[in-house]
Amino acid sequence: MTWVFDHLGLLGGLTGTHVYLALVPLVVGLVLAIPLGWLASRSRPARAVLLSVSGLLYTIPSLALIVVLPGIIGTKILDSVNVIIPLTIYTVALLVRSIADALTSVPATVVAAATAIGYRPLRRFASVEFPLAVPVVIAGLRVAAVSNISLVSIGALIGISGYGVLFTDGFQLGFMTEIVVGVVATLLLALVADALLLLIGRLLTPWTRAGR
Amino acid sequence: MKRTVTGMLTVLVASLGLTACGSGGNPLSPGTGGQSLTDTITVGSANFAESKLIAEIYAAALGNKGIKVTKRLGIGSRETYLPALKDSSVDLVPEYAGVLLQYLDKTVDKTSADDVYSALRAKVPAGLSVLDKSPAEDKDSIVVTKQLAEKYNAKSIADLAPHCGELIFGGPPEFKTRPDGIPGLDKHYGCRFADYKALDAGGPLTVAALRQNSVQAVDLFTTDSSIKTNDWVVLTDPKGNFAAQNVVPLINTKKATEAVTKVLNAVSAKLDTATLVDLNTRLAGDDHPDASTVASQWLASVGL
Amino acid sequence: MDFVSFLTSWLFDGTHWTGSDGVPARLSEHLGYTAVALAIAVAVGFPLGAAIGHTGRGGLILVGAANGLRALPTLGVLTIVVGIAGIGLVPPITALIVLAIPPVMAGTYAGIRAIEPITVDAARGVGMREWEVLLRVEIPNALPLIFGGVRSAALQVVSTATIAAFVGVGGLGRYVFDGLAVQDYAQVASGAVLVAALAIIVDVLFIGLQRLVVSPGLTSAKSKGTSS
Repeated sequence: MTWVFDHLGLLGGLTGTHVYLALVPLVVGLVLAIPLGWLASRSRPARAVLLSVSGLLYTIPSLALIVVLPGIIGTKILDSVNVIIPLTIYTVALLVRSIADALTSVPATVVAAATAIGYRPLRRFASVEFPLAVPVVIAGLRVAAVSNISLVSIGALIGISGYGVLFTDGFQLGFMTEIVVGVVATLLLALVADALLLLIGRLLTPWTRAGR
Repeated sequence: MKRTVTGMLTVLVASLGLTACGSGGNPLSPGTGGQSLTDTITVGSANFAESKLIAEIYAAALGNKGIKVTKRLGIGSRETYLPALKDSSVDLVPEYAGVLLQYLDKTVDKTSADDVYSALRAKVPAGLSVLDKSPAEDKDSIVVTKQLAEKYNAKSIADLAPHCGELIFGGPPEFKTRPDGIPGLDKHYGCRFADYKALDAGGPLTVAALRQNSVQAVDLFTTDSSIKTNDWVVLTDPKGNFAAQNVVPLINTKKATEAVTKVLNAVSAKLDTATLVDLNTRLAGDDHPDASTVASQWLASVGL
Repeated sequence: MDFVSFLTSWLFDGTHWTGSDGVPARLSEHLGYTAVALAIAVAVGFPLGAAIGHTGRGGLILVGAANGLRALPTLGVLTIVVGIAGIGLVPPITALIVLAIPPVMAGTYAGIRAIEPITVDAARGVGMREWEVLLRVEIPNALPLIFGGVRSAALQVVSTATIAAFVGVGGLGRYVFDGLAVQDYAQVASGAVLVAALAIIVDVLFIGLQRLVVSPGLTSAKSKGTSS
C-alpha cells in the first residue's frame, strides 16, 4: 500500500485520463442515441435497421474495433480518438435500444393529453416524453458507464494511457501490486460513476419519489 | 435472422463507403504527431525494461543540469518508435548501435564496435544524429538451459546449429523477420528451428517459456538478470551474427545543443556493461523500485 | 494503401493460411479456448443460477455480483491470474471462465425469476416435486433468458480470448499483437476483421440455436432483452 502513496501523482494523472476517455464517449453516445432512439420509436423499418446494426456493432470485440477504426477513418494508431470512437459506438448501441423502448412505453394517453394542451411536438418531446423515459435512459447510462470504464484499459495494449498502463507495466515487471491497484481503481471508479448517475437520475425525476 | 442479415449488410455497405471516402493510409506510418516545444526534450524509449531505464538515466541527467525534459516511455518496438523520432513527437531515445545500423541498412555486415559506430554515423537519417557511444553493450543472444547446453555439448550457436531443427524457439515478434534474427541465424549458421513462438522482448513471457520448456531456445538480452538467476547459458556468436551493441543516444539534431550533448556524452562515458547488469538486477529486485529511482541513484553515485 | 487493400493483400496471401501461424491454426486455437471456457462456465454457472433462482435465496447478492463483475477490466483479470498462476494455457483460460460465469448465472437466474408464480404454483399443484418443477417447468420456460446469458458469455469469451494473446496464448489475437510489434498494419487489420467475423458468426449461431431449442410459445414479447 505504500506503493500507492508513493505514486499518488501517477495515479492521479492516470485517473484523469481514464475518466476523460470513459466520459466523452458516454456524453457523445447519449447525444447521438437520443435522436436515433426517437427515430427507432417512430418508424418500424428504422427500428429494425437501427437495432440490428447496434446489435451487430456491440458484438464486435473491443480490441478488434480499436485497431480497425484507424484504417477505416484514417486516424493514426496512437491517437486516443481510437478508444473514444469505439466506446462511443458501444454506448450508442446500448442506449438506442433503451431509449427506443422507453419512448414507446410512454402511455399514449399522456402524449395525447400533452398535445391537447397545446404542446408542439419538439416541446412535447423535451418536456413530456423524454423526462418520462429518463429512468430507463439512466439505467442504460449506468451500464454504459461501467462498461466504458472497464474497456478504456484495453487501450493500454496500443499505448493509450489510463489504468490499463498499470496492467501492462505490472505484468512486464512481474509486479502484482501494480496490477491489483489498477483493478481496484477501476472498480472504485465504476462504483463512483454508477452512484453518481443513480443520484442524477433521482434528482431528474422527483415525481417518482412523490407520495412516499 | 433476417434482421441480423439486414444489419450485417448495412454495416458492410457503410464501412465500405467510409473506406472509400476516408483518407485511409497506413495508421502505423509516421504522422504529424505533436511537435515537442523547442526548449524541451522529449525522451522516449522502447517497450522493454532496460530501454526505459536508460531513457530515465538520460532524462534525469538532463534534468539535473536544468534542461527541460518530458518523457514518453514504452512506445513499442523500434519499428514503432523510430517513426515517432522522425516526425519529432519524440526527440531522444537510447539505442543499440548494431541493431540500429542493421535496421537502417540491412546489407551492412560490420561487427566490431568502432566499425559499427562509424557506419552508423554515416547511415543515420537526415535530421537525426548519434552522440558518443558508451562502452556498455547489450546484445540479443541465443540462450538455452544448462541441461540442453550439456546435452549437445554446445558452447556456441555453431555447436547448436545441427540440432536446431529439433527445437522450438521463442522470442519477440520482430525477431522473426529482423536481419540478425531468424534469417541471420539461418544465413550465418544454417540454424533453422522447428517452430517460432512469438513472445515478448526479453520479458516475463520469454523467461517463463524457457523455464517451462515450452521453447528450448530463446532470444534474451545479455544484460538480463534472469540469465544468471536461472543458471542459463548464453551461446557464443563466433560468426558475429549479432554485431556490437554499444548503447548510444539517438537524438533529433535540432535538439542536440552543446549543453545537451555534453550531458549525454558524460553519461555515456560512465555507462559500462557491468553497470547495466547491476542496474537491471536492482530493477528486478523484489522491492520493485521505479526505473527513475534506480536511474537517479546511479547518477548520484557517479557524480552526474 | 486503403483499408480494403490491406485486408486483401494479407488475406489473399497463401502463406498466411498454412503452418502454426496460419489462419486455420489460429482460428482453431481461438475456438478451442472459447469452447472449453464456455463449457466450464455453463457447467458452473447454470446450476448455480438455477439453484439460486429456484430457491429465491441469495438473489440480491447474485445480481449485485454479476453487475459488479461487469466493471472488472478484462486485461486486469488476465494479468493477475497469469501473474499468480504463471504463464501457460491454464491461467488465461481460467480467467476466461471467471469472466464468463456471471452472464450465464445472471441469465439463468433472471429467466427463472421471470416465470409467472402461477405457473410454478400450478406445477406444484399437480404434484410435481421440487426438482421436477425445476427441470420440467422452470428451466424450459426460462430458456430464452438462459440462452441470452450463454450467448452473452460466448461473446465475452471470444473478445477476451483475443486480448489474452497479450499474456502469450495463441488465437486470432496473435495477429493483432504481432502485427503491432513489426508495424504490419495489414496483419493487424486482418486479425481484427477475422475476430470480428468470428464474433458475429458465433452470435448468429446462438440465435439459430435458440430458435431451434426454445419452444415457440416462449418467443413472444415477454422475452425481453435477448433477441437481436
